[in-house]
Amino acid sequence: MQNLPWIILFTPLLSAVLIVLFTQRWRNLSALISIAAVFVSAAASIVLFRTLPDSTTAFQLPWLDFSALGIGFQVPIGITIDGLSKAMLLVVTCIGALIHLYSWAYMADDEGKSRYFAGLSFFMFSMLGIVFANNFLMMFIFWELVGVSSFILIGHWFYRPAPPAAANKAFICNRLGDFGFMLGILLVWTATQSVDFEVIKAKLPELAANPAFLPFATAAAICLFCGTVGKSAQFPLHVWLPDAMEGPTPVSALIHAATMVAAGVYMLVRVYFIISISPAAMEVIAVIGTITAVLAALMATQQDDIKRVLAYSTLSQLGYMVMAVGVASRDGAMFHLFTHAFFKALLFLGAGSVILACHHEQNIWKMGGLWKKQPITLLTFAAATLALMGVYGFSGFYSKDAILIAASEHHPWIFYAGLFTAFLTAFYMTRLFVVVFFGKARTEAAGHAHESPAVMLIPLVLLAIPSVVAGYHGVIANFLPTPAHEAASNVPYIASGLGLLGIALGFLLYRGQEKDPIRIPLLANKFYFDEFYALLIWNTQDLLARISGFIDRWILDTALVRGLSSGTWGFGFALRFIQCGNLQAYALLFGAGVVALFYFILFYK
Amino acid sequence: MVTLNDYLLVSGLLFALGLAGVLLRRNILIIFMALELMLNAANLSLVAFSRFGTVSGLPNYNGQMLVFFIITVAAAEVAVGLAIIVALYRARQTTNVEDLNSLKF
Amino acid sequence: MSPILFWIFAALTLGFGAATLLNRNPVASALCLVVSLLGLSALFFGLEAYFIAVIQILVYAGAVMVLFLFIIMLLDMKAEERRPISLPVLLGGAAVVGLFVTQIGLVLRSFPAGNAPFPPLAAGPLQDAHNIGMTLFSAYNLPFQVIGVLILVASIGVVVLSKRELK
Repeated sequence: MQNLPWIILFTPLLSAVLIVLFTQRWRNLSALISIAAVFVSAAASIVLFRTLPDSTTAFQLPWLDFSALGIGFQVPIGITIDGLSKAMLLVVTCIGALIHLYSWAYMADDEGKSRYFAGLSFFMFSMLGIVFANNFLMMFIFWELVGVSSFILIGHWFYRPAPPAAANKAFICNRLGDFGFMLGILLVWTATQSVDFEVIKAKLPELAANPAFLPFATAAAICLFCGTVGKSAQFPLHVWLPDAMEGPTPVSALIHAATMVAAGVYMLVRVYFIISISPAAMEVIAVIGTITAVLAALMATQQDDIKRVLAYSTLSQLGYMVMAVGVASRDGAMFHLFTHAFFKALLFLGAGSVILACHHEQNIWKMGGLWKKQPITLLTFAAATLALMGVYGFSGFYSKDAILIAASEHHPWIFYAGLFTAFLTAFYMTRLFVVVFFGKARTEAAGHAHESPAVMLIPLVLLAIPSVVAGYHGVIANFLPTPAHEAASNVPYIASGLGLLGIALGFLLYRGQEKDPIRIPLLANKFYFDEFYALLIWNTQDLLARISGFIDRWILDTALVRGLSSGTWGFGFALRFIQCGNLQAYALLFGAGVVALFYFILFYK
Repeated sequence: MVTLNDYLLVSGLLFALGLAGVLLRRNILIIFMALELMLNAANLSLVAFSRFGTVSGLPNYNGQMLVFFIITVAAAEVAVGLAIIVALYRARQTTNVEDLNSLKF
Repeated sequence: MSPILFWIFAALTLGFGAATLLNRNPVASALCLVVSLLGLSALFFGLEAYFIAVIQILVYAGAVMVLFLFIIMLLDMKAEERRPISLPVLLGGAAVVGLFVTQIGLVLRSFPAGNAPFPPLAAGPLQDAHNIGMTLFSAYNLPFQVIGVLILVASIGVVVLSKRELK
């Protein structure tokens, strides 16, 4: 029993190491090792969930020990086991296991299968490290490892032009956020002399009693939030997540929908006791989350790539979660994270099934009429879509309402923005669903589509169950503390009404259409964020290049290098006229030198 | 009464004479003789100082030692210098320094 | 040494030194230099540096001057034809020499200790050669040996330079 957390954490690492070192050549064996490892982790997680009591100190491995330097600063690899990490653990390992299984079929013909599964195992290890971390430093290290494995997996098809660029973009955006995260950790460490969550939690009330500590806490909280902005792709660093869809679809499902991007929210909830000190930081978090939710939903309405629609929807839902933390409803945030992980993974896997059936076609306008050919995919996708829209009876309804109720109590504008997002979500998901599955097949590939193999359908069905039921009070209460549901609130009715309106609008607009009847370039081009950033960087770089070019060309080259050389040459040229070859001229100069020397030694005062 | 300064004055004048010869004469042999004059001017100063700074009733022989070495080195220098002049004369058939100006840029 | 003798020998030294430089005939120059060096030797006698004075006569007035005359004869030098000396050279040389003399004069004027009479030597005969020998072979033994090597090197150098094949 005492070894369970270590088994969960290190089995995926072992699998990654085995694959990289020994089984690179046997692709199917590598895949089997990886799948076996994740199933071991998942099984151990379930056992752990049922048996182990909450504890933050029971599992410690000594790691970094600076006490020999007289600092007394120690960082262990420590494992937190509480409600939060248990729930997150189940989400990560169970969804991870299903996606590993799904990948077996999805990546069946891929040349780099060994590499892919090694990356997936390595990601599992990193993600579990974040979930388990009981101190900031450990969390930061695994946080970076997650970024690295995300980089590897996005760039899996590195021989194509787009994936490496997307991988770079994701990594750089993450680095920007992580830099802030690191500063935040350092600020917290400066204040409390510790990186251990429990120690910090114990010291904070004393510090917070001093009003001068508030600005410091605000700065620290906002810096920590920067980590979330990078990892959970919040505005203004949201641009990497849609591009990350260049990776294989199971990767999008696992990393860029269900787990890694949720790590930012998980971290916020984990350090909520720091953030909650500063109302200003909470405001910032709420506003950033709201902006992300609305902007991403708007952008999603005009995308043609099935995975990109889902990516923007992920962004929008992550905005919801961050907003929930900002309006002081961390239970709501975790609740939505929990349900969203299931139905969004399911959506991506369904999309993968559709894409595979259409021979790697991702444009929704080149699909259509798939309802006959892929009935199981259709049903599971529909369940996830309804959950995402927040239709009554599906899991998303409960978690979204929890957030909206919290928002309505906090500030009306955030609440209105949330409602608007809910309406947009219903609209663009209806658009996606109608265009992909109904109408008639618009290309030959879509016409010859057929249902995916069973090994891909099993995860779909297994994920469809929690997508529906995860929100029921009787289910969720086993895993997470649920927010108090006010029966008197009329928020659910408003939200449902708006959702139905969105569905109706989407259905009317897109039923039987051959191409998109609405063209809004601003939304289709994602508010020109990429172009704006490119221009910004291009201009900055151009300016810097001009300045450094000027310095190099005129100051370094001309003044220093060429000035020195031509100065030396000029002096030499002038001095060589003294070399007239006349002995007595030399003697005269010599004598003059002696006289001058005498003058300076004897008479010059 | 003859004082140290008198000797030094004579020495200085002799040196100046030698310097003028080096600067103004064009026959390389005469220039060489002028160099000898300058060396001897230095010797005169040294001997005068040696006599001036007596040590327990004796002249300071360190100064005279230096004079001894200067004379020796000067003799060697004259030998080598005159050999060079002979070689030079064989090559160029002249002893005029204005005609020996090929050492320039 | 009486001031009269001193000034006579000083005038002899300087006068024949000047004559050395003014003569256009090299043989005459060399002979004038002999007289100048003899006068200098007399000044050394006046300073009671008998050994140095004798060496001066032997080495300079004897050996070195014979060498000079020998070379002059060897090269069969005539009195050089009068060439006009260029004005810049004359002015430059005069300026340097004049400045130098001025400096010497200024130094002597600012050195009043030099106007004191020479201190008397100990009574009794001055064993000059003995004392010099003692100093040379005790304190200055190493430089003495080095000078020997120098003269050897100079002799070899002269032999090499005088070979006819050297072009």
